[in-house]
Amino acid sequence: MSTSNERYGVRASVPGDGGPPGRSSGHQPPPWHRGRGHPTSEGPSVGVAFGDAPAGPLVRPYTMTRGRTRPSTGPRLDLVTIVVTARDLRERVREPEHEAIMRLCHRPISVAEISARLDIPLTVVRVLLGDLLADGDVRTRATMTQLPEKKVLQAVLDGIRRL
Amino acid sequence: MASADSETRPQEAIPQAVKIIIAGGFGAGKTTLVASVSEITPLSTEEVMTEASYGVDDTGGVEQKTTTTVALDFGRITINDDVVLYLFGTPGQDRFWFMWDELAEGALGAVVLADTRRLDTCFHAVDFFERRGVPFVVAVNRFEGSTVYREEEVREALDVSAEVPVVLADARERESCKEVLVELVTHVIRGRNPVMSG
Repeated sequence: MSTSNERYGVRASVPGDGGPPGRSSGHQPPPWHRGRGHPTSEGPSVGVAFGDAPAGPLVRPYTMTRGRTRPSTGPRLDLVTIVVTARDLRERVREPEHEAIMRLCHRPISVAEISARLDIPLTVVRVLLGDLLADGDVRTRATMTQLPEKKVLQAVLDGIRRL
Repeated sequence: MASADSETRPQEAIPQAVKIIIAGGFGAGKTTLVASVSEITPLSTEEVMTEASYGVDDTGGVEQKTTTTVALDFGRITINDDVVLYLFGTPGQDRFWFMWDELAEGALGAVVLADTRRLDTCFHAVDFFERRGVPFVVAVNRFEGSTVYREEEVREALDVSAEVPVVLADARERESCKEVLVELVTHVIRGRNPVMSG
């Protein structure tokens, strides 16, 4: 019953429809958003047209990381490493990008999803997550490099059949 | 037990993510398949890579740095409270091979979507998964107006071993995509228990 679709993050939010979490009040897309409406490589998602939202100010990706291209320390962050906040958002003031990530990670969410929903390239998200991890703001679950165990495989099989 | 601290949620609370790769040539229907079964509208994430390029333009031995952006489309299926499944489409173009290693690492398995109009576009994928030992199935996506081939014909053309399942599919149909994924996971489980364990 608690396997709601919403559990692992917000439902597809399209910039312009009040989607990505702006700073508290906002329906404003974040400043770095390029307003492309998360098109997939084979075209925009259903109901989203290219150029739906005005192209916002473009921030060069590594500006957010102050030039860093990889996290300084910490665990390896895979595409599907699941991240969740470990402390209250209001406990301290952070950079807007860090805050946006924290807000998304309120529910467990993958690195790839954070990148897609905030429209920040993966490499940059990894660096920003590295900061949050170092500060103890988020926690991750290490991803498997081995094949999952039998019971996980069986659960996946059952889950697909139930779709 | 009684020392449950509100700010330290137990490690078990973070679900485990597994991923399945959806491979195939450009336009083979990878994102369509993902959309058919995903609980979210497929998302796209970007990887920006800076790579040294050699030999493409001869600039007299000067090493050139180029920035490449690769888009990865993916969807999600929540299995239960502890497991979440991600489906990742491979980048369509061959020049983005560097992403495949990352995708393949820890992947449960792969679906190679074959477009019978351009069967050669999935040779690379078949090759890659065979070499990496990633279990895969071949799903022949039916396109309107394309010649209908039998499973054996496709198997022969792709030269895949007898134990690799080859199934016909329609990437637009949810039920059909479910069958493909069931086929894959069954194949993976079978591979883990090659002989009856008794």
